[in-house]
Amino acid sequence: MSAFFSPFISKPEGVSLIMLKVLLALIPGIALYVWFFGSAILISITLASLTALGTEALMLKLRNRPISPFLKDNSALLTAWLLALSIPPLAPWWLVVVGTAFAISISKHLYGGLGNNPFNPAMIGYAVLIISFPLQMTHWITPHGLGQVELGFFDQLDYIFRGILPDGLKLDAVTMATPLDTLKTQLHMYGNINEIMNLPIYGHLAGQGSEWVATGFLLGGLYLLATRLISWHIPVAYLGTLFITAGLFHLADPAHYVTPLFHWFSGAAMIGAFFILTDPVSGPTTHKGKLIFAAGAGFITYLIRVFGGFPDGMAFATLLMNICVPLIDAYTQPKVFGKKGRLSDKNGGQA
Amino acid sequence: MRQLFKFHGGVHPPTHKEQSSQSPIAQAVLPSRLVVPLYQHIGNRAKPAVEVGQRVRKGQIIGMPEGSLSSAVHAPTSGTVAAIDMQQVAHASGMDDLCVTLIPDGQEEWIKREGMDYLSINKADIRFVLRMAGVVGLGGATFPSDQKLRPGKHKIKTVVLNGAECEPYITCDDLLMRERAEEIIQGAEIIRYMLDAEEVLIGIEDNKPEAIAAMRLAVNARPRSASADRMEVIAVPTLYPGGGAKQLIRVLTGIEVAAGVRSTDLGAQCFNVGTAYSIYRAIAHGEPLISRIVTVTGNVAQARNFEVLFGTPAHELVSQAAPLPDTNGYLMGGPMMGIRLPSEQVGIIKATNCIIAMSDVLFPPAPPALPCIRCTRCAEACPAELQPQELYWFAKAKNFDKARKYNLFDCIECGACSYVCPSHIPLVQYYRFAKSEIWDQESNQKAADAARVRHEYHEFREEREKREKAEKLAERDRAAQAAKAQKAAAPPTLPPAGEVANVSPCAAPADADPENTMQLKIQRAIEQAKLQAATTTPKNTEQLTPEQRAQIAAIEARRAHIHELASTSVEASSAMLVEANTEVKSQPPTQSPQE
Repeated sequence: MSAFFSPFISKPEGVSLIMLKVLLALIPGIALYVWFFGSAILISITLASLTALGTEALMLKLRNRPISPFLKDNSALLTAWLLALSIPPLAPWWLVVVGTAFAISISKHLYGGLGNNPFNPAMIGYAVLIISFPLQMTHWITPHGLGQVELGFFDQLDYIFRGILPDGLKLDAVTMATPLDTLKTQLHMYGNINEIMNLPIYGHLAGQGSEWVATGFLLGGLYLLATRLISWHIPVAYLGTLFITAGLFHLADPAHYVTPLFHWFSGAAMIGAFFILTDPVSGPTTHKGKLIFAAGAGFITYLIRVFGGFPDGMAFATLLMNICVPLIDAYTQPKVFGKKGRLSDKNGGQA
Repeated sequence: MRQLFKFHGGVHPPTHKEQSSQSPIAQAVLPSRLVVPLYQHIGNRAKPAVEVGQRVRKGQIIGMPEGSLSSAVHAPTSGTVAAIDMQQVAHASGMDDLCVTLIPDGQEEWIKREGMDYLSINKADIRFVLRMAGVVGLGGATFPSDQKLRPGKHKIKTVVLNGAECEPYITCDDLLMRERAEEIIQGAEIIRYMLDAEEVLIGIEDNKPEAIAAMRLAVNARPRSASADRMEVIAVPTLYPGGGAKQLIRVLTGIEVAAGVRSTDLGAQCFNVGTAYSIYRAIAHGEPLISRIVTVTGNVAQARNFEVLFGTPAHELVSQAAPLPDTNGYLMGGPMMGIRLPSEQVGIIKATNCIIAMSDVLFPPAPPALPCIRCTRCAEACPAELQPQELYWFAKAKNFDKARKYNLFDCIECGACSYVCPSHIPLVQYYRFAKSEIWDQESNQKAADAARVRHEYHEFREEREKREKAEKLAERDRAAQAAKAQKAAAPPTLPPAGEVANVSPCAAPADADPENTMQLKIQRAIEQAKLQAATTTPKNTEQLTPEQRAQIAAIEARRAHIHELASTSVEASSAMLVEANTEVKSQPPTQSPQE
């Protein structure tokens, strides 16, 4: 039976299709990840996906909600993928499972499930892991062509699930610190950017390999923008603020502060700008609010990266700005039709 | 090229207009009976002007307008009045209303019709003719046209003629403009003359090139009048709800008519093209409004437009367009803002621009609603520039004060938000609910206020009666004392002169007459009575000092505040209950009593 009240028609694009498109937009970045760092990331993405769907189903059952429509909404998968992409691929299997299960059960379902979580679930999962298991969170794979040894797919599988490396190999031989981390530690030792940038782990703009992964996420993000799945406000404000802040420090003291482009293409900046901060549930709803939210996140990211104790600031920047969302929304309500104090102008908002 | 303006948002639903716009307007077959509601317009219901069994002619008044905001209703054809009673009408509520049932005799015997030259009669008479001809807005609002042609305080610069027709499926205005453009333009001339407007802007969405061409031709073919000759057909971008009066005025003139503001106060007035046509027919040909163009489309084999007599039962009309077997309901109006007809028997009314036969294939049931993910596609689509996701949240939590603060009443219920919602939430339904709850609260509040005023007056009257009684008693007492005093004064036992002076400084000298002492006593008695009255009526607010009044006012205010707190905390707790039953979200805080 058709609906009883108008409107009687609706656009076919539903939540699950939107989430699916966002997942698709992550694929260029993931493909480049595999190209430069091997296929271990696919293992952790699969692991996270299975955990997310299982936890989601369990929580829905516990909460007495219909399971199938919510399992099909793809939101749990998106959380899983974003979390898997934020943690080291060679991390032990339980790290991914614990992080994902925490993200879905505690930070999503305990707050009321889809649409009701005040914090970005993937970033909560990341924050829990980096605080609880800082050591395991540092096992980043050395990019293709840099390490002495490279692990094959089955060696990686073996290590992730059983913690066993091939004979005579130490973990240090196949992993390394991230480019952002290296920068921080090396600065303490050498104190000059130019020397550090000559280290083999750095590429053209930022980390060898990882700069390309970031480019992949940028491409996916441009697809999201082009298909209007996200608006420009958050990525532009985030990357803009990060660029300006980093640029000012860099101009003031180039020997101690890296270029703004380094910050753009390092760590989670790109995936964060287009895929994490743009999570609608935990973000603000007004245009002005989105600008404030993302600008704040960009600034905090920089502060944590350069002056803080963690290698990257994306997750904490997101969570800190998530806290501010109700306030931001309340103070950025736009004026409505006919009440803008102007009788006539050319463009009534963006039409 | 004219500078057009934009309005925020809007959507592009599939138009489905080709289905019904390919064939010319057909005359609908005379139905077996006509059920004509007497309430087809905004304002007061027309009063029945015929009796059961009476023979009426085509165009004869069967309902007389009552009060200033009302309109006449006419017999759509000649025949016999079979009943005047409550019947189901085309309204979303499915409620019954007073209708005249007419059995046509097939003679089509008209009343005497007399056209006139509008320039030769005065404007008040033109308005009267329109009122008695039952001309109302045919865009859907059915506001009596004579009222819209009344000159207001402000000069009307622009008359906007609405031929946008933005709702999907509907093509009645399109076909009317294609086939009867000259008469529409003549109607527009009458409107312009009535309002003394400078220009007439005719807005038509650019997906109707034939209508635009026909209307341009008609505008150019007009005999040129000397001055104020500005009339222009303007193609506007196809964007729903571009045919809403506020949106079209915005697009053509740049004026934004806020909620609660009359467009005339800003110098613009908007009429539907069908209304202009009817105004012309009523004035120039003396024809009352007894029929209109109705699009019959949707799940039918031969969709087209019909000229339909009011009161024609919906199914008798749709049967002429060959409905398909899986038809399971009828929609009046478009799919964005229309209503589901409560039954297929209800009569076509002045507001009926379209009947859409429904089926589960054409209008599949909406998937189950998911929670709002705050994606703000609704806000991007909202032509009123509201934040529908916030309004939804407040309506759901029954936080009506907040909903109001977020401009709930600026919502025009166009349905663009619901249309784009990826969670398929029936948003407009939530807003309708919130609006009706607020209206209900307000009328309850008004009733309570009236009751309080009544009660206060009652108390005041009781106090007054008590006081009057006390005064009367005092009077009697005073009279008795006076009598006593008189008795006492009767034997002349006056004290020595010096003693008298000592007793009272104001007392009379030794030779003073007894009258003086008596007056003194009377004075005292009155004072005593007054004192008594004051003490027996402690509530009497009329004799209070300003300080006392201020104190009472403060107490009253505190009481009102406590009362308010009590009621809002009840509201908050009930809102919390609702939340507990549905989903819990920590985002917008429920209004705390301190707010």
